[in-house]
Amino acid sequence: MSHATTVRDIPTPAPAAPKPGLSSRSLPRLAPLGFAVAAIVLGVGLGLAAGWQSRVQWGLISALFFLVISYVTTSVVENRRQARDRLATSLVWVCFLLAVVPLASLLWTTVSRGSERLDGYFLTHSMAGVLGPEASGGVYHALIGTLEQVGIATLISAPLGLLTAVYLVEYGKGALARAVTFFVDVMTGIPSIVAGLFILSIMLIAGLEPSGLMGALALSILMIPVVVRSTEEMLKLVPNELREASLALGIPKWRTILKVVLPTAIGGIATGVMLAVARIAGETAPIILLVFGSQLINTNPFEGAQSSLPFYIYEQYKIGEAASYDRAWAAALVLIAFVMILNLVARGIARWKAPKAGR
Amino acid sequence: MASTTQQIQTPPGRRFRPRSTGRAGDRIFLGLSRGSGILLLVIMASIAVFLSYRAAIAISKDEGNFLTTFDWNPAGDPPVFGIAVLLFGTVVSSVIAMVIAVPVAVGIALFISHYAPRKLAGAIAYVIDLLAAVPSIVYGIWGALVLVPYLEGLNLWLDQFFGWTYVFEKTEIGVARSLFTVGILLAVMILPIVTSVSREVFLQVPRMNEEAALALGATRWEVIRLSVLPFGRSGVISASMLGLGRALGETMAVATVLSPNFLISLHVLNPGGGTFAQNIAAKFGEADAFGRDALIASGLVLFVLTLLVNGAARLIIARRKEYSGANA
Repeated sequence: MSHATTVRDIPTPAPAAPKPGLSSRSLPRLAPLGFAVAAIVLGVGLGLAAGWQSRVQWGLISALFFLVISYVTTSVVENRRQARDRLATSLVWVCFLLAVVPLASLLWTTVSRGSERLDGYFLTHSMAGVLGPEASGGVYHALIGTLEQVGIATLISAPLGLLTAVYLVEYGKGALARAVTFFVDVMTGIPSIVAGLFILSIMLIAGLEPSGLMGALALSILMIPVVVRSTEEMLKLVPNELREASLALGIPKWRTILKVVLPTAIGGIATGVMLAVARIAGETAPIILLVFGSQLINTNPFEGAQSSLPFYIYEQYKIGEAASYDRAWAAALVLIAFVMILNLVARGIARWKAPKAGR
Repeated sequence: MASTTQQIQTPPGRRFRPRSTGRAGDRIFLGLSRGSGILLLVIMASIAVFLSYRAAIAISKDEGNFLTTFDWNPAGDPPVFGIAVLLFGTVVSSVIAMVIAVPVAVGIALFISHYAPRKLAGAIAYVIDLLAAVPSIVYGIWGALVLVPYLEGLNLWLDQFFGWTYVFEKTEIGVARSLFTVGILLAVMILPIVTSVSREVFLQVPRMNEEAALALGATRWEVIRLSVLPFGRSGVISASMLGLGRALGETMAVATVLSPNFLISLHVLNPGGGTFAQNIAAKFGEADAFGRDALIASGLVLFVLTLLVNGAARLIIARRKEYSGANA
């Protein structure tokens, strides 16, 4: 703000009385806060006066007022350039708030609606013999299904993803490595429902029955690229000096990788795998196609229909009764808690075991 | 790494070859890791092959035109189904999501990279990443049970003041289970990925460029307009395309929010329409064996669509990486 004035001040030669146009006034530091308060008051007032039902509109109108007020005031008090700068700052703030509102609303609704129904009974009972409108039943069978399917998917994808990442970082060269890198990237974008359809088409050809294993296969297609990507990033962080020191001692490359490279990066790799688990734990579409859903406890993932947490939420939502909505929210709370805890633990590990890069 | 061993081997006649006992282990390990890389390629290829095979079965028996029919009735006699409505709904809802999400995401990315105080920025980036971790089915029931009732007022208001634009004209009474609502929900869902990729790019802007602009007396906005945005343009484009790929394939959020029908209408506030993924999830339960093949055929189109979008996004990123090294 001040540089503009100083630059312009230089050509004024005589120390005469400062010309009014040259020294620019500026708004106080807390002005944006004032604008925001004024905008919210105006927005709420207008909303009340016009009788608009939706609070969303009140917010949008307030945001608009905020932008207009800050632009106009700044361009009157300061100048056009400062006004444009202020407008951009305000816009960026509005964007940020716009993104926070849905997240806050989503978390708040899930926690408040979900905690109504969530208790020990809900976690330890299945839906066997429970009709849709009854306020009974639980999520036990779905929990078992989710844990088993995600577990199998992890057992398949973690080694595959790890080895692929090792290939890309330690051996990868030439056309094959480039192709793998590119297709891993593309694979990250495969919609979950397409992964489900792929396994479904194999099932149709081979005449297989739906089971937890089929769902786990589809989930591992979604999980592998995530594991590869994160492991690759971590392996790249391992300083080359470590590899060179090990190789210089005459240790073969595979032992160098197993004993030096992987242990150095293990924290980051674990984080990546856990984030991938968190991602696939919430996938619903492949389960609809491949595991079919069940009201009963089925602990065998290799035979017969199973349920899973996200599928359970969808199923209860579709019943459309008050009691089933309650169950859906409670299950959503369980699922979000599961995913968030995985996320927090994973990031905790990442911070605790961060490879000391470049040192 | 590989280069060092190979360089030693290249000069012929010299006996520098390390004869360690680990040769067999090396070969096995290389075989395993290369094998899993190849397995990934095989999986990608077989996705395409298997889906095409089942889709070919379905399309060969389709009595309607697969591309232009406004109906989905593979169980009928004769079977008639087409993807016109689904393609339209998928593209329209994703475009709405992009129009809303990309500017907001760029704003948040700028907020994190250039506006927020350093400590706050880390926390905000973390919160945005958490948004990405929320499962889509939870977004789905939140959208259906919270967002839809909330948007009713906004829909009426849009119809009242912007009805003349045709697009925002609401000709059918009904709750807001429309492509527009789906677009808003998808926008919330793709926000995190667009934000995090854009943020990465904005943080890579060479300090020199920004400081040069500041030294010339530029305001913060001018710094962003003159040095940050031009540098980050391709990154933002590819971030948006990654978001688009997500939006195209999103299943559960659309399946819970939309009340589908098989009509094409540009009145985006009217309930109705459909997307590929939503149609598959909704029609799967009642589909017989042939009906499943028909759904697989529509899934193949979705697969190709997302493949093109994601591939293009990745190519743009890769190209950028090649020349950005010179700026470092």
